Amino acid sequence: MKNEMELKFLSVSKNESFARSTVASFVAQIDPTMDELTELKTVVSEAVTNAIIHGYEEREDGWITIHCKILDENVVELTIRDEGVGIENVALAKEPLYTSKPELERSGMGFSIMESFTDELVVESEVGKGTTVTMKKQFHQVKTVCH
Amino acid sequence: MLEKEFILRDNVLVVRLKGEIDHHEATILRNEWQRYLHDENLKHVILNMDAVTFMDSSGIGVILGRYKEVMTKGGEFVVCGVHGYIDRLFSMSGLVKVVRIEENEEDALLSLGVAS
Repeated sequence: MKNEMELKFLSVSKNESFARSTVASFVAQIDPTMDELTELKTVVSEAVTNAIIHGYEEREDGWITIHCKILDENVVELTIRDEGVGIENVALAKEPLYTSKPELERSGMGFSIMESFTDELVVESEVGKGTTVTMKKQFHQVKTVCH
Repeated sequence: MLEKEFILRDNVLVVRLKGEIDHHEATILRNEWQRYLHDENLKHVILNMDAVTFMDSSGIGVILGRYKEVMTKGGEFVVCGVHGYIDRLFSMSGLVKVVRIEENEEDALLSLGVAS
């Protein structure tokens, strides 16, 4: 089954929950497990929060776009884009526990969480132009559960 | 939405949360929580996560921030009701190694010498 949607909203922090629940409702059609859905909501939340805090530096007049594609074989591709300040050093930004804004009490775990809850993560950024985060997640994976 | 309940028991602040903790809610939570922590008679914190249905890295940030504040006061920071997905995030972020975790609020209160 192929399907896709696009969602565009302002960089207002109240929209974080709107964004993740909307993406979750859209993906519900491939019948994800509760865990998969929570993971998806978390990565949407992380990327949208980054766009608001870092991309737009908490200005509330920037646009954030989410493009969500359901590809064959239950793979979901998410593209989250802002037209904010961009990231100078993507590799550094992705380092676990790194934060460019320690005064804001950020844990620096955003990209680590996005990486562990998806199967593929690509960050493209240009200073002064904006950032695009693309993630792919495979649903209904046969998992080995470790306790 | 995140519902918050702040309860004072002797020198312990019990924080009960219900709902979702993201960046938007974490900012509101921090401001409210910090007002209580300014009280000098208050030493320890019990954070009850039992009714939290969603959390992202902003939630981890706000918990670590309050943990540090309580440590500075020489108090103890105990978390209870950590299960399922929240437990996973606690492990991933290393929070499990930093804060003390108790099964429920009663055990947490007892561990701080407050009879429930």
